[in-house]
Amino acid sequence: MKVKGLIVFLLILAIAIGGVLTALNGLVLGNTEVQPMRDSIKQGLDLKGGAFVVFEADTDATGQELDLLINQTIQVFRRRVDAMGLTEPIIVKEGERRIRVELPGVEKVQDALDMVGKTAQLQFVTPDQEVVLTGGNVTNASPVFVDREPNPVVSLELDAEGTQRFSEATGRFIGEPIFIVLDDEIISAPIVQQQIFLGQATISGNFTMEEASNLAALIRAGALPVSLREVQTSTITASLGVDALNRSIEAAKIGIVLVFLFMLVIYRIPGLVANVALTLYILLVLAIFVSLEATLTLPGIAALILSIGMAVDANVIIFERLKEEIRNGKTVRAAMDSGFKRAYRTIIDANVTTLIAGMVLYQFGTGPIRGFAVMLMIGLGVSVFTAVFITRILLKSLISTNLFKNTKHFGV
Amino acid sequence: MDIIHQKKIWFSISGAIMVIALIVALLMGVNTGIDFTGGTLMEIELHQSVTTEDIRQHMDAWDPGANINFIGDHQTTVQIRTMVDMDHRERSTLFASLAGEYSLIADDFLRTEQFGPAVGREIRDRAFLAIIIAAIGMLAYITFRFEFSFGVAAILALVHDILIVLSVYVIFRIPLNSPFVAAMLTVLGYSINDTIVVFDRIRENKKSMKKFDYEQLATDSINQTVTRSIYTSATTLVTIVALYVLGVPQIKEFALPLIAGIISGTYSSIFIASPLWVMIKERGKDRKKMFAKTT
Repeated sequence: MKVKGLIVFLLILAIAIGGVLTALNGLVLGNTEVQPMRDSIKQGLDLKGGAFVVFEADTDATGQELDLLINQTIQVFRRRVDAMGLTEPIIVKEGERRIRVELPGVEKVQDALDMVGKTAQLQFVTPDQEVVLTGGNVTNASPVFVDREPNPVVSLELDAEGTQRFSEATGRFIGEPIFIVLDDEIISAPIVQQQIFLGQATISGNFTMEEASNLAALIRAGALPVSLREVQTSTITASLGVDALNRSIEAAKIGIVLVFLFMLVIYRIPGLVANVALTLYILLVLAIFVSLEATLTLPGIAALILSIGMAVDANVIIFERLKEEIRNGKTVRAAMDSGFKRAYRTIIDANVTTLIAGMVLYQFGTGPIRGFAVMLMIGLGVSVFTAVFITRILLKSLISTNLFKNTKHFGV
Repeated sequence: MDIIHQKKIWFSISGAIMVIALIVALLMGVNTGIDFTGGTLMEIELHQSVTTEDIRQHMDAWDPGANINFIGDHQTTVQIRTMVDMDHRERSTLFASLAGEYSLIADDFLRTEQFGPAVGREIRDRAFLAIIIAAIGMLAYITFRFEFSFGVAAILALVHDILIVLSVYVIFRIPLNSPFVAAMLTVLGYSINDTIVVFDRIRENKKSMKKFDYEQLATDSINQTVTRSIYTSATTLVTIVALYVLGVPQIKEFALPLIAGIISGTYSSIFIASPLWVMIKERGKDRKKMFAKTT
């Protein structure tokens, strides 16, 4: 009996077990800290909740003019989203006239959509329908409390032109209302008491503190330069996302245990080897996924679970060959060599075709579907590695110990 | 089992499923998801049992024919599906009226999916294109690695799988949507994977073939690989079924076509692809014979 073989086997087994523990609980080694897999993997909107909206500019503008409008809109979006204090918003141009806004982890989804999508065209209109001020004249806006008002108001500071026009208008319409209009809706209509020379105005309207802050933020960020249409939206609350993640993990656990049992019952020793290789497979796929900074989505989890079933395939092909060769009268060792050699080509061919499907999916898919494709492709590559190389090393080292000479150990 | 010889039976089974689907499609139409047609899906937690009619009152202003279902562990979550494209403001109005009646908080608006009609068209066209490109890519690869006859047989088996899964969807009136297409593409990869394992064995056994008995060759090869085909589908199905049973609705709609596809893929690699290959080969043989006679 060779001890070396046993050592190699135990070493790989230890790596697999250590890897699983690290993935589940994290690891601290001196100054380096490895986070548990659950925390280090980037989760998509469908798992951690949030919203995404694709807006399309409703305009006849084309070429440079359109580019300019889209870029200005993106700037406005960015200021608004920053005001919400979100961590990883994504605001990108999609195609010619579309903008995609992703707000992962946003808590008040509906309010956030309110904030993002509003045109926020602020106008001060006189009783004779003349627009004296627009949001463009405002240099600063903030929510404040003022005397004799139980609710907060939004205080505006005006630029030079605005100050002058406001002073002129308030002089002309003493005793009459000035309408403050936001997106064609009158939100306040204060009566002018006296001419206002200082460039300051307030908007009152029974706001809560939050509403006043939001309105101030919208005015500061400026109005959208073009009217936008929602062409695609997806929102999900965080609790629903977490539930989806937990239930998928539960399904994955059950699926993996069943596959492990299946392999053990059918193939015995090689089955055990396959299970160790499969454990390494799952760890490697997740590690690569994390290091690529890919986003895990619900379909991505489905791909991972699917790929576990498929990764077993390579082992099944090898082991069936192995059994066949043993039945044909070869020794276990000789059977292993020819079994691997013959199965290798089949495995490559079979995986390349699935890879073609994965690449097409990545190219044509968006969002969650891409997550699916990435996971599928990583899985295919890794499964060839673990099924062919790791299984081979493990099996060879076990056979070299001469502990398992009976062909029954190989499920024959 | 003499699989090749009984090919008429296998072809008839598949054909029958497709014909039933075609009849259903002609009579009742095909149920397409909102991501292909444009429309809105909303899920709202109501914390109580409510009737469809109660919800319909609130939805009447937008779409009196909206599809209303109750989901969740206690059937207290209402799922509203409509082909009307409702923007954020309209959705908020609807939610506000429900919130007023059932005293809901903002977080009870669990999920929304909205697709404008133009986006729906784009998604559908891209999905169609993706399947065509994937099929061409695979045909090219198999032709390169094997020979054209294998490629043709494999692609026909793929078309079979697509049609079967599509039939299952049409017959059971499950909406066709983009998760369906992604699952379909995976099924393509999986099914061709299965087919290749059988063809690979045919290729290997062909070298030692004495006379041109393609039927025997295919039968032997299938028998040698059938255990593997069954085991692999079993392990893959186990994981996907676990996902289907435990998963949330969004993942169920992904798992279901995968389950149908894996079963169909395994079936087609044994009962469709190989008989087709034999037919192609036999035809080639006949043509050669005729050619020999005439010259």
